[in-house]
Order: sequence, then structure tokens, then C-alpha cells
Amino acid sequence: MRTDTVAPTASAPEPAVASPRSRLASAWARPGVRLGLLVTLVLALAAVYLFTAVPGSLEYALKIRSTTVVAMVVVAIAVGVSTVVFHTITQNRILTPSIMGFDAFYMLVSTVIVFFLGATTFLRADPVTLWLVQVAIMVAFSVFLFTWLFGGKRRSIHLMLLVGIVLGTFFRSLTEWMQRMLDPLDFQVLTDTGFASLTRPDETLLLLTGVLVVLGCIAVLPLLRTLDVLTLGEPVAVGLGVNHRRVIMALFAIVSVMVAASTALVGPILFFGLIVANLAYSYAGTFRHRWTLPTAALLGVVFLLGGQLLLERLFGFGGSLSMVIEFAGGLFFLYLVLRKGAR
Amino acid sequence: MIALDSVTKRYNGRVVLDDVSITLGGEGVTALIGPNGAGKSTLFSLVGRLVRPDSGTVTIDGQDVRTAASGDLAKTLAVLRQDNHIAARLTVADLVEFGRFPHSKGRLTAADREQIDRAIAYLDLEAFRERFLDELSGGQRQRAFIAMVLAQDTKYVLLDEPLNNLDVRHMGEIMKLVRRMADELGKVVVVVLHDINFAATYSDRIVAMRDGRVIADAPVAEIMRPEVLAEVYETPVDVREIDGRPVALYYA
Repeated sequence: MRTDTVAPTASAPEPAVASPRSRLASAWARPGVRLGLLVTLVLALAAVYLFTAVPGSLEYALKIRSTTVVAMVVVAIAVGVSTVVFHTITQNRILTPSIMGFDAFYMLVSTVIVFFLGATTFLRADPVTLWLVQVAIMVAFSVFLFTWLFGGKRRSIHLMLLVGIVLGTFFRSLTEWMQRMLDPLDFQVLTDTGFASLTRPDETLLLLTGVLVVLGCIAVLPLLRTLDVLTLGEPVAVGLGVNHRRVIMALFAIVSVMVAASTALVGPILFFGLIVANLAYSYAGTFRHRWTLPTAALLGVVFLLGGQLLLERLFGFGGSLSMVIEFAGGLFFLYLVLRKGAR
Repeated sequence: MIALDSVTKRYNGRVVLDDVSITLGGEGVTALIGPNGAGKSTLFSLVGRLVRPDSGTVTIDGQDVRTAASGDLAKTLAVLRQDNHIAARLTVADLVEFGRFPHSKGRLTAADREQIDRAIAYLDLEAFRERFLDELSGGQRQRAFIAMVLAQDTKYVLLDEPLNNLDVRHMGEIMKLVRRMADELGKVVVVVLHDINFAATYSDRIVAMRDGRVIADAPVAEIMRPEVLAEVYETPVDVREIDGRPVALYYA
């Protein structure tokens, strides 16, 4: 994180003798302080998750749990970064790649594979190959979809939302239709892949996804300031010398790769990005992407790790975190649509 | 010089600009007038490389806007469009800072900060520096956007209907500012106006468009005539001289 450029909020005039309270308030106004707090929270949660309530050997627990933590971090970065970038380039804060039918497409791809090749092939297939195929198909499809939908002239958010719902329904119906004709055993195998699973990811896939996500982040780094300019909308951005078409295509590609990689790793999570991104905008208190992007990713980790801790340690449930997130996210989505829909 | 050479632009088969050839930029303030749908905004979009012409070329200081690097053009030409809605919450200082993007690519130097301060001071916005755009009045917001354009420090400034939704006092303030930008800062300003009298008072040259064509292009005195204005707007316009200045009366 660069610290040489301090956001203007930090340069508010301070009284000669600052009282402790006002000093606290002015510290809170700095995005860096807020981000620091978030990092501390993430580290604390990770420590609690890793080192407490160990039933047997600490070494064994650490091995299992650290994989889960890494998976959560990877997914949180992928979802957080891709959603914020997607919001900026599509000039809205409600639609996310998932809501645009992305996750439904993931299930369709899996179903098509099982349908045509059979569950045995699906199960026996090398997970890495399977993952690569899924990622490749999803990236190709989403780049096509996004450029078709958002590449040309601006359309209304409501129309886009509708298109997303129609596409999602179409993919889901197609999936369901194929699943009906499947053999019950094949169907069983397929159903297993339909729920996000954060706790038991394949380690090789985790590594591959991690590499892709890191590459995506590195690709976004030089575009951080351009992303800020894109906040102003296409006409202003073009006027300020941004090669809009090329930048948008590059960013769509990055978003697609990140979402595809994380969905193929843990399965679909529909509303997660929406919560994380919108909370990040409020929490960071600035529009600058060098703050909102890491904030969104870190908030994602807090949600996943905190949620897992609550469910696992407090309520004794194992793998239902994604369902809880979906439920909370769905409510939040409704709230956003009802509140902001009029704009 | 901004030069359009037999430029034609169609939207869905409908001709919006019809073989327009015009050179802008010899003098201080040029007003672009004409009825709605005359092609004024399209002309700005073509010069500001938001849309591409179907035929003909647009050049800025001899550089074709199609082939010239967008980043370089942003240092010679600034365009302020009509509706400037921004989804994110920005302060005035944030916005004006963006004007330096073509020069600094987002990494502000001391010289950039000086330009920003000067632009803010020039538009008398110091008191609103840290205020959010959505907390400002229409006139203040318009000034903030003009400050951004000014911070861009370009030779050419294109303003598309900067007087939209402003009251009489703020309209006058903005036009005085446009005049000062030309006279004091040596900028070449092209401004789309709907109020003919503002055009007559503050500009050096008026270009009148209708149905995608330039139908009159002359110094103010030659345009401010009943027969010319009546043809531009296809409605009777009376022109009287008040205190030695031509005033168009179109309220009848």
C-alpha cells in the first residue's frame, strides 16, 4: 500500500491544541488508520480461528485450518476486488458479476460436463483439468457478455438487472432440464458441487486460484489511478485522456478471471461481493481505489472468518456459512434496490 | 486550431451532422448557438473523441483525433459536457485534482498542486474546497467542474451549455468567467449557449447551427439580426439596440 499520497480528508485543519477526542476523530478520518484497524481485526480473527478450541494435535488442526484460512483470503480478495472494479466500470453499485448470471453459468457448465460425459468422468477427471476447463469457459463467456452488455452505450441499471435475472433464470432452467434427465447417481454428484464449500478446497486448485488472483491484483495495480478517473464516468474519463475502450476491456478480463477462478474453486456465492463492496465504500470513506479495493478484500476475510468462527464454535454448525451469507446478502440486496433503485 | 473537414455523423441512419467544415480557435470566445437537435453537442463529442465521424476528419492543431494519443489531446483540449452526474461522493478538491490527470497520471507534483490551488482560487471556491459536490448549489457545482477544466491547463476549452439550470446571477458569473479565461489566460473557449443575448454580450464570434449544418458563422454584429436569427430558430426574433448593444427579443 502506498502511503506517499494522503487523501485530502486527512488534511482537514486541526485546532492548535487537539483534545483527545478530536484527535481520535481526525485519526478515524484517515483511510490508512481505518485500513490498519481492519488488518488488525483480520489477524486477530485468524489467530483465534487457528489456535483456539483445538481438539487434538495442534499441528494437524493448523494444517487443516490454515488451508481454510488461505481459501477464505483468496476468495475474499477475488470477490472484493472484482466487485469493486465491476462497480466502477459499470457505473453502478448494485449489480455484481454474480447477479449478472455468472454463478448460474457455473452450474450450467458443470451440468453440461456431467450430462455429456457422465459423473464417472466428472469425478475421475483430474480436478486441475476440470478447473481449467471451467475457468476458461467462464472467462470466455463473461468477457463476451460484459462487452456486449456494457461495451456499447449506457443502459439503465434496471434494464441490466432484468437482463441478469433473465440470463440467470435461463441458465438455471437449462441446468434443471439437463439434471432431470440425469441418472440419480450423476445427479447426486452434481448437487455436491452446487454449494459453496470453503472448508475443504483441493490444495492444488487453491494454489492455482491463488496464483490467478495474485496475478489479477498485480494487473490492477497500475490501473488504480485510472480506476479513480473512471468513477467520473466515460465522457469525463475520455476527456482526461483515458483510453476508455482498452482500459475497460482489460478490467473486464481481470474481473472475469478472478470471479471465474474463485467460483470454480468454492462454488457460487451470489450476494457476497455486493455486501462487501458496499460496506467497503462506507467504511473506507473515500472513492479512491487504493483504499476501497483492499478494504473490500479485508472486509471479505472478516465476514468469512468471523462467520465461520461464529457458526462453528458458537452454534456448532459446520458448513452452512455460505447459506447464511446468501441469506444476509439477499436481504441487503433488496434493501439496496429499494433504497437506490430510484436513482 | 480545431478543424472539422466535411464531417458527417449519423445515429441509426439519421444524419446529425451533415458535411460540416469549420475552423474554431482563432479568437477568444466563440458561441455555438442553434435549436435543440442542431448537432451542437454531437460536434463537441466528435472533437472530444467520444464518438467517431462516419466520414471526414477532425484535427486539433493538425493532429487527427482518431490517431493522436488520447493522453496528449487531453493536454490541449478540455471538454465540459452538459450533464455531469458522478456516482461517488467527491469533494471539490478531489474533482479539481482530476483535472491534472493528463499531466500527472494521478501522482501529483508540487506544480500540479499549485495549478489546482490556482484553479480553485480563480473560481472563488476556496471556502468550498473540502465540501462534497452533492452539498453544493447548482452554480457552485458548475464552477467546480469549470475549475477542473481549468486545472487541466489546456489551450482549448469546450463548454457544452454551462448555463443550464442556473439563475440569472449565476449565468452572468459563469459568462464573465468564460470571458476572463479568454482575456486573461489566453484560452480559446467554445461555448454552447441557448440564450442568444448571453452569446451576443460575451462572445467574439457566433456560429449558428441548424439541422446538422452550420448556417451562419460571423462576428456578433452580423448574427444579431432579425432575419438571421429567425432563420436559425425558425421563429420570429426581433432585435433591438439597447445602450448600443443588440438585444434579441424572442418572448412574443
